[in-house]
Amino acid sequence: MKNLFKLIYRYHVVFLFVLLETLSLSMVVTFNNYQRAAFFDSGNFLSGTLFEKFSSFAQIFEFKQVNIKMAEENAVLRSALQEMLLKSNHGTYHSSDSIYLPRIARDSSQKAVYRFTTARVINNSVNQQHNFITINKGRHDGIKPDMGVISNGQVVGLVTNVSENFSTVISLLNSKWKISAKIKRNDYFGSLSWDGKDYRRVQLNEMPYHVPVQNGDTVVTTGYSSSFPEGIIIGTISDFSIGSGSNFYKIEVMLAADFKNLVIVGLIENKQLNEIKHLESLNKYGN
Amino acid sequence: MGISAVKYLLVFVVSVLLQVLFCNNILIARVIAPFIYILFIVLLPFDTPRSLLLFLSLALGLTIDVFTNTPGVHASACLIIGFLRPVILNLITSRETLESVAAPRVKTMGFHWFVTYTIFMVVIHHFFLFFIEAFTFEGFLLTLLRIVLSSVLSIALILLSQYLIFRK
Repeated sequence: MKNLFKLIYRYHVVFLFVLLETLSLSMVVTFNNYQRAAFFDSGNFLSGTLFEKFSSFAQIFEFKQVNIKMAEENAVLRSALQEMLLKSNHGTYHSSDSIYLPRIARDSSQKAVYRFTTARVINNSVNQQHNFITINKGRHDGIKPDMGVISNGQVVGLVTNVSENFSTVISLLNSKWKISAKIKRNDYFGSLSWDGKDYRRVQLNEMPYHVPVQNGDTVVTTGYSSSFPEGIIIGTISDFSIGSGSNFYKIEVMLAADFKNLVIVGLIENKQLNEIKHLESLNKYGN
Repeated sequence: MGISAVKYLLVFVVSVLLQVLFCNNILIARVIAPFIYILFIVLLPFDTPRSLLLFLSLALGLTIDVFTNTPGVHASACLIIGFLRPVILNLITSRETLESVAAPRVKTMGFHWFVTYTIFMVVIHHFFLFFIEAFTFEGFLLTLLRIVLSSVLSIALILLSQYLIFRK
C-alpha cells in the first residue's frame, strides 16, 4: 500500500496529465454534434460582449463599404419584390417584417409562413474545419434555434444556440452540417456539405449519374429542411466528375455568398417549424 | 510572487486577445492559420510546478475553446505541450541554466535557444491541434501541409511578439 502511494506520488504529474487529457478529449467527442453545450459557445456573455465591442470598433473603418453593400442589397431585394408581385395575381404584402413569398410557401389561411429579420455579424471564421458565426441578436429579439441565415439572399448557415442577446450560427463552412439542395434547372436534389478544404467551394453529393449536370448550373435550397424556403441560392456548379466505383457525381459548388465578408445577415423563421417537427417525429414511433 | 502572478495574468489576457481578435481572422492561401496564444505557456517561468503548468494549460485551452466553439480541441493540444514543456526544456538546456535563469526570454537565453524552444513547442502543439480538430486521418497530407505552413507563421509571429509586445 505504501509503495502504491509512493508510485502515485512519483508519477502524479503523469496521472494528472492523463486525467485532464482524457477529460478534454471526451469533450471533443461528446460535443462532436453541432448542438453545443451553452457554455462553449461564442454567444455566451463574456465572449459575446467582447466580440460585439470589438466589431463595433472595427466597423467604424468599414462604414463606407457597408453602406455600399447595403444599398446593393436593398436594390436586389426591391427588384425581387417587384418580380414576385408581378408573378402573383393575389399577391398582398402582409406585415412590415414579413417577407413576401410565392403562393406555394403559404398555408391555406394565406398567412405568411416565414418571418424575416436582420442581424449584424460580430464574429466569423472561415479558417477552421468547423466554422461558426456569432450574431448580435438573441432570444430577446425573437431569435430561435433552427432559423435559417442568409446574406444577400444567399444561404449562409443555421442558428444553433441562442442566448439572451446573442446567437451562434453554424456556417455552411462546417463539415458537420449538411443541407439538402437541388439543381434549379431540373429539380434533382442531393445533399450539400463542406469537405473543409476551400472556403469558397462546397460539395453536392448523392447526385445520380443519369441527372444532366452542367457547369454553371445554379444550386438552390429544396425547402425540405423547413428552415429555408425553397429556392434560396447556394451557389453555382463549378466542376463535376464521375467518382471511381461510385454511382454518384462528385460536384463542386462555388458558393454565392462571400463568407469572408459577412456584415449584415438575414434570419428566416418558419412559423410552422414546430408543427412540422412534431408531425415528423410521430413517424419515428411507428417503426 | 504577487507581482509575477499579476504579470502572467496579463500575459494570459494579451495572448488570448491576440489570438481571438487578430489571429483567428487570418487565413492565407486557404491553409495557413496561425495559433500564437501558446505564447503564455512558452513564457511561463522555468520553476513553474508541473501540475500547475498542466492546470494553466487547461485554462488557456478552454478559454480559446470558448471563443472558437471547439470544446476540448485547444484544451487537449495545450495540455500536451504543458506536459511536454519540462521534457523539451531538459532536452535543450543544461540543469544549471534552468536553475539560474528565471524564465525563457530572448534576452536571457539568446535568440538561437529561443528559436529552437519555440519550434519544439509550436510544432508539437499544431500537430495535435490540427489532427484533433480534423479528428480523422483522412486527407493526411493536406492536414500535414496545414501544420507545417501554419507552424512557420506562428513561430514567426511569436518571435516578432518578443520584440514588439513582451519585451520585459
